[in-house]
Amino acid sequence: MVHTQSMSLTELHLALLLPGPRHGYEVKKEHDAWFPDAKPLAFGQVYATLGRLVRDGLAEVVETRTEGGPERTVYAVTDAGRQRLEEWLTEPAPPAGTGPEDIVRKTVVALRAARGEGAARQVVLRQRTAHLRRMRELQGLDGADTDVALHLARRHAVLHLDADLRWLDEAVDSLSRPANAPATPPDAPPAGAPELGPLEETR
Amino acid sequence: MNAPAVELVGVSHSYARTPALQHVSLSVVPGEVVAVTGPSGCGKSTLLHVAAGLLRPQEGRASLLGQDLHHLDETARAVLRRREVGIVLQYGQLVPDLPLLDNVALPLLLDGGDLAQSRTAAQEALERVGLQDAAQAVPAEVSGGQAQRAAVARALITSPRVLFADEPVASLDPAGARQVLGLLMSAARLGGAALVLVTHDNTVAALADREVRLRTGSIEHEAVLR
Repeated sequence: MVHTQSMSLTELHLALLLPGPRHGYEVKKEHDAWFPDAKPLAFGQVYATLGRLVRDGLAEVVETRTEGGPERTVYAVTDAGRQRLEEWLTEPAPPAGTGPEDIVRKTVVALRAARGEGAARQVVLRQRTAHLRRMRELQGLDGADTDVALHLARRHAVLHLDADLRWLDEAVDSLSRPANAPATPPDAPPAGAPELGPLEETR
Repeated sequence: MNAPAVELVGVSHSYARTPALQHVSLSVVPGEVVAVTGPSGCGKSTLLHVAAGLLRPQEGRASLLGQDLHHLDETARAVLRRREVGIVLQYGQLVPDLPLLDNVALPLLLDGGDLAQSRTAAQEALERVGLQDAAQAVPAEVSGGQAQRAAVARALITSPRVLFADEPVASLDPAGARQVLGLLMSAARLGGAALVLVTHDNTVAALADREVRLRTGSIEHEAVLR
């Protein structure tokens, strides 16, 4: 699941209104199309955010449509909303990694809550599997070959999972080593290991 | 349940006094992709060598396509590998002096194939990996990615039922890696080959159906990923 929750909901909704006036259902649908791997936006979240945008003068209600169904309020972005979005795009996002995430918290809790290294190792190994499964899902999804935005969003998710997996690999190594033992040395063929010549692989 | 294409039962092997594999059992069925992972020096490559019949383990049993490798002499094992097994290594291991066309034709020629027919098949194999225009180049004249694709073409030319790949994309850029992995995965997913993929790269391991993680020569963890 790609999480868009950390992205400012305010600016995300402003961006979704930018192509033209929309009601809440259209905003939700557009969000889910932009971020197909993400958790779908909840209707309650959409309407609460649109209400805040209107309150803060960043969006306005331009009409109420019925269209044979329930009454729908149509929102449009204001000049102040456009400016806010522009400022947000100009400002780099804070780099991630400034606090412990759940995978770190769980490992630390397993270690510190008197469960020991064996329990922590199991936590880490289970997490590795969960991460690999999610990475497999993401890498197997279609559509990213022709849609550069989707490709970039998906690669971001995959590379973040990869970064987590590297940490998890280090964690397994640390939890599997006797205290004070050095880290695994760089790869080198063990003495006596067979060397494959150019032809041998075909024989 | 399909019979295993690759099977190791209680395999142990040491180099001098250093244990490389300890009581490892593993089976891979046709069409299955298994990633073998683990830290450097954990026994991944030794496992591949044993499974491919390139190394006779000191203990345990290794079978390929139902044939116990212990009961085959070196010639019989070589014939089995040549006809039914494709192997791709990190740096391709092409013959430096031969053009790509003849490198790819080698498995057929070593099996007594006709030169013209083998070259025709090799040209077709090179076309499948997008190297039809580099057939007459020697390995030093092409990029690492192209050489690796030629190595994959050579591994696939006999339509092997078993594929072993040892860090096949570790020396490639992302685009080259995608191409090579695509070819190997197609051989398993569409061609039904059993694929054993040794890798330290988690994005590669995540393509597999199953991960087998080694540590100090033993299986530390095994997980179904699909």
